[in-house]
Amino acid sequence: MTKTLNTVDSTRRNLLKGGAAAAVVTLAPGVTLQTVHAAVTGPATSAKRWGMLIDANAPEGVWDLAVDACKAEQGWGKDEKDANPATDPQWIRKVTIKDPKTGAKANLPVMCQHCANPPCVDVCPTGASMKRADGIVLVDKHICIGCRYCMMACPYACRSFVHEDMHGQRPHMPRGKGTVEACTMCVHRVDMGQKPACVEALNKAGSNAIMFGDLNDQNSDISRAVSKYVTQRIRADLGVEPGVHYRGI
Amino acid sequence: MAADTTVYKEIEGKGGDYFSLVGWLGVMIAAGLGSTYYMEHHGHVVTGMTNAIVWGTPHVFAVFLIVAASGALNIASISSVFGKYHYKPLARLSAVTALALLAGGLMVLVLDLGRPDRLIVAMTKYNFKSIFAWNIYLYTGFFVIVLAYLWMMMERRMVPHSKKVGLFAFVWRLALTTGTGSIFGFLVARPGYDAAIMAPMFIAMSFSFGLAIFIILVSVTYKWSERPLGDLILFKMRNLLGVFIAAALYFAVVQHLTNLYAAEHAGVEAFILMDGGIYTFLFWVVQIGLGSLFPLALLFNPATGRTCQGIMVASILVIIGGLAQIYVIIIGGQAFPLQLFPGMEVSSSFFDGMVHAYAPSLPEVLLGLSGMATTLLIIAVAVKYLPLLPTSLSDAKVDPHHVSEDA
Repeated sequence: MTKTLNTVDSTRRNLLKGGAAAAVVTLAPGVTLQTVHAAVTGPATSAKRWGMLIDANAPEGVWDLAVDACKAEQGWGKDEKDANPATDPQWIRKVTIKDPKTGAKANLPVMCQHCANPPCVDVCPTGASMKRADGIVLVDKHICIGCRYCMMACPYACRSFVHEDMHGQRPHMPRGKGTVEACTMCVHRVDMGQKPACVEALNKAGSNAIMFGDLNDQNSDISRAVSKYVTQRIRADLGVEPGVHYRGI
Repeated sequence: MAADTTVYKEIEGKGGDYFSLVGWLGVMIAAGLGSTYYMEHHGHVVTGMTNAIVWGTPHVFAVFLIVAASGALNIASISSVFGKYHYKPLARLSAVTALALLAGGLMVLVLDLGRPDRLIVAMTKYNFKSIFAWNIYLYTGFFVIVLAYLWMMMERRMVPHSKKVGLFAFVWRLALTTGTGSIFGFLVARPGYDAAIMAPMFIAMSFSFGLAIFIILVSVTYKWSERPLGDLILFKMRNLLGVFIAAALYFAVVQHLTNLYAAEHAGVEAFILMDGGIYTFLFWVVQIGLGSLFPLALLFNPATGRTCQGIMVASILVIIGGLAQIYVIIIGGQAFPLQLFPGMEVSSSFFDGMVHAYAPSLPEVLLGLSGMATTLLIIAVAVKYLPLLPTSLSDAKVDPHHVSEDA
């Protein structure tokens, strides 16, 4: 009989807020124990502002790598034969844009933009949608009631509702039918001092098309880049101040 | 003002017709509960809703009932706040109808949640920046205030205080509908919403839908209970309904005219008004034609407006038009794609840039109808066990000084 002893669930929100991370120990075949480690980066503070810089001029193929890496890391996505495209969650997607006047095209990944003024957090009745002090926007799956108002409010269509039972959940990312989910900026990795899975996958392939780092740290690569190049943020006119910047759109 | 000599009495409710009505309503509610179980067991994948159309048919019914709830209280407000004594005999039923409509609407809203079992979370954890959280207070407050109002109207000792509570209830109901309209008005990113006019438009809609439902309830209840219903009160409600239909129509016109003036909204306006298929049909034919202009013609044409049947048909059409209007607002507003890159052609595996498809599923429709059935069941039980309805609404009872127009 498979049994999972889960010591994380009831306090997960505080753990996420405090920047802790979970690790899994296999006690016996099929029996796992989750333990909690303090994040190596310490509690989330507003001294940091995690963000990304995405180069829309990068070769198109890299975005498929990023999407696949996210699926593998977070456990979403299905085989094509089982797919329900209209209802399956998509935490990150490749979007193709074309200027109808000039025919110019670009491809870019779109995921939760981790806004400084996130509409999803504003509208959530229970506070399940939340923003950490370091700017990462998350959903607390334990108090999400599945009203989907955050999905109505998100300007980027970046949230997904879990429409059916799911399999292959990752120990660090419990998901639940009837709740809403989105890109977590791989908070479980970031708190351990690592990069998000999509960024790491591209780096391994020799691409720097997604740069990740602390926008508040003037010496970080991302800060230098956003101060050197003019960058855009999607629907900047809405004033939500996304943490994800783009070049080349 | 005439002394209040109105005699209120429970309806008998013993015949086969009454129990067969209650039985059918019970069956509809059971079907709705069964649908909820089915949707929760399999997940929302069995509905027509998707990650793009996240609110579907249940929300159309729920919002319609909640909006109508505040409107149904108008008859009570008009009598106690604005001193129109003709409406006073119907004030009790007006309050009960408002409570029943709100209960039915909230039932549908809650049972459609992804996790309805977490209702207690919604009641204990609040994000006070959320209009949804405010609405939880507005809705529960409405129950408390209207119940107090009803008690004060029914308890002889408290009648002198009922006017003050009635005024409070009137202000509260305006706030409640403002809150419901603002659920959409506050959505800055959706071109179909994001408009301050949503709040007053919802108030005008509530006046119209609530009164239409109330007129049907009064007419049917008085016919079935074989109590006299005079033309005086019916024609007064007819005139009021005409004004409310015109007010709701006015706001709909202003909403679209304002949007048409702003180039950035040209896309969503073209979608709703011209190219939106079902949404365009529902807007022009059902909301504007059948739900607004035709009822106005029926009500103010002497041949039909002076008959109970004509007024009933107009009221039914207002309800159908209202459901269509809310369908166009809620689902049409989501079907039109979000503008991530204005001016660009956009495509993705997540259907960016495309008009999103939606077809109501049977469980959604059954859940929505069960909300209506719940409303009717509450009213049916209330009028049987509480003295809510005057024994007579004849012209002489409604206004002892009334002189027949035919005289």
